[in-house]
Amino acid sequence: MHRASRAVSLSVVALVALGACKKKPEVAPAPTEQPAPAPQPASPTPTPAQPECDAACVEARNNAAKAEAIRAATAALTATIYFDYDRSDITDDSRAKLDAKVPVLTQNTAVRIRIAGHTDSRGSDEYNLALGQRRAAAAKRYLTDRGIDGSRIEIVSFGEERPTCTDESEGCWSRNRRDEFEVTGGQITAVQTSSR
Amino acid sequence: MTRLFRAALLVVAITAIPITGAAAQDTLRLVLRYDPNTKPGVLVLRIPGVNGDSLRAILQRDFDNGDRINVVAADETGFPDAPTAGKNGNYPLYAKLGAVALVQATPTATGLHVAVHDVAQQKVARVKDFIIDGAPNSRDWRMSVHNVSDELEAWVTGARGIAATRVAYVQGLRNGRMYVIDSDGAFPTPVGDDSGVMSPSWHPKGTHLAYSVVGARGCCQIYVLDLASGDARRIEAVGNGLNSTPVFAPDGVVLVYTHGEEAGTDLFATTVFERGPVRRITVGRGSDNTSPTFSPDGRRLAFTSGRLGHPEIYISDADGTNPQTLTYSVGDQNYRSNPDWSPDGRLVAYQSQQTDGSFQLNTISLRDHSVKQLTNDGSNEDASWAPDSRHIIFSSTRTGSKQLFVIDSESGRWRQLTRNGGVRLPAWSPPLTR
Repeated sequence: MHRASRAVSLSVVALVALGACKKKPEVAPAPTEQPAPAPQPASPTPTPAQPECDAACVEARNNAAKAEAIRAATAALTATIYFDYDRSDITDDSRAKLDAKVPVLTQNTAVRIRIAGHTDSRGSDEYNLALGQRRAAAAKRYLTDRGIDGSRIEIVSFGEERPTCTDESEGCWSRNRRDEFEVTGGQITAVQTSSR
Repeated sequence: MTRLFRAALLVVAITAIPITGAAAQDTLRLVLRYDPNTKPGVLVLRIPGVNGDSLRAILQRDFDNGDRINVVAADETGFPDAPTAGKNGNYPLYAKLGAVALVQATPTATGLHVAVHDVAQQKVARVKDFIIDGAPNSRDWRMSVHNVSDELEAWVTGARGIAATRVAYVQGLRNGRMYVIDSDGAFPTPVGDDSGVMSPSWHPKGTHLAYSVVGARGCCQIYVLDLASGDARRIEAVGNGLNSTPVFAPDGVVLVYTHGEEAGTDLFATTVFERGPVRRITVGRGSDNTSPTFSPDGRRLAFTSGRLGHPEIYISDADGTNPQTLTYSVGDQNYRSNPDWSPDGRLVAYQSQQTDGSFQLNTISLRDHSVKQLTNDGSNEDASWAPDSRHIIFSSTRTGSKQLFVIDSESGRWRQLTRNGGVRLPAWSPPLTR
């Protein structure tokens, strides 16, 4: 859990930095929590002067808010969903998580994702590959049923070949019966925030 | 009395069929009729020469592993003598030890001269010069000796042994490599360069292995490895998506496999060595259909299907028509999967999940659907029949981490084949004789 959220926030920082370099040179990169101003060697966008500290501060605050919103949107989009044993039905808990992904995908039409279906270690290794595929397909169908273009969503299965834990207990099995969501293209830039 | 009785059951039939040349000696046929519950005793005489002891040990172990012969243990110094007939001969001593046949092997320049003696008849029943390849105790050499064992077993019991076979399997519970091991556990050898291998399956001639590979971006693509050249080729016709559990049809030309994208997984067929059309077999309507296995005549398929909501074994014609459940009892939600059709066509082995979550191996008769449970210790999966339709290789947790074991489906006797843990998905080869 810890590791997952850390990975997400790292990837958000990376995303933001990437976005700053590629597309929006006029927006200063927003390394909000960093102690020193982030070194920005090749970027042609250092703010010309320091006098208008107020404006810079405002911009920094806006950037921070946006970065936080992007972080939240990314977390929603990449949140793992879980399944019951030998099932590919979307549970109520997963439904809420999938519902939270819909606006992120709707507002960021360049974003592409890959859904990877996994199973627990019980069951047949071979059947579990197929079951993982069915789990990934179930999540994809849920999203496309809500208007997301299916060509933006790739699905794969790992069966029981990539467990997050390996002890033989329901606590571990339930964490392995999952769909993982990964951003494979585009960036999350548009987010629902009050500032815009 | 019993010994006499058993000896009396030995019948040597000498059939004179007019055949020319080298095949002539094959016209001598030793036919043993015996109570199936009584294994004929065979005594392997001491073999002269520097490798005599290992040759004898291999023959004895192969006979023992075959479960059709009772290897008669003789005092190593007391009864290694060549048998002598007549009033003062020593055949009766061998009979007393329980031997109905003696194997007398003598090294030659090219291999092994073997004479099988009929103890009751007090004479040599059959002889043959076998060629033994390779350096002593090398992989080829041992396979040549296993071939001798198998032929001798056919002479004595009427059924060819399974020593000259190998088992392909996956070493590693993830990112596994493909290995091949001799039927007696010798020479576990990595084959191919792929990692993430699953579901190896033998070509009917034993020349190739088909398997799937789980890549960094998920499951799977199908490859065929040429064992002689070491070259692996991807089967491109299968396309993108999930492609798994390939099996060769008995014709060695068609490959049946599981393919899935967004609406479940189904069985498909294509050609192996030349790119051909892809033909759909099952219509699972969004369910999962996987792990196919052919009937030996190639006309039918058994496979795992989840179309009833949980996995069961189904059977259909090879083109997918006439599907029906093979294992299903109303209300039973436990799951059954991974069928393997016996080479004699009579049984399908599969794994059945128990209420404690473990799997046990069963066989089901295709004649009357009677079910026999073969295992009960640990979790036992991935059954694959030996060519004798009697022994089964499988993975089991009975000694801890997953290992391969061989069970005799008739007696229940089992032995451990591998010694490195984390081994799974075994496939027993066809006979590997030249």
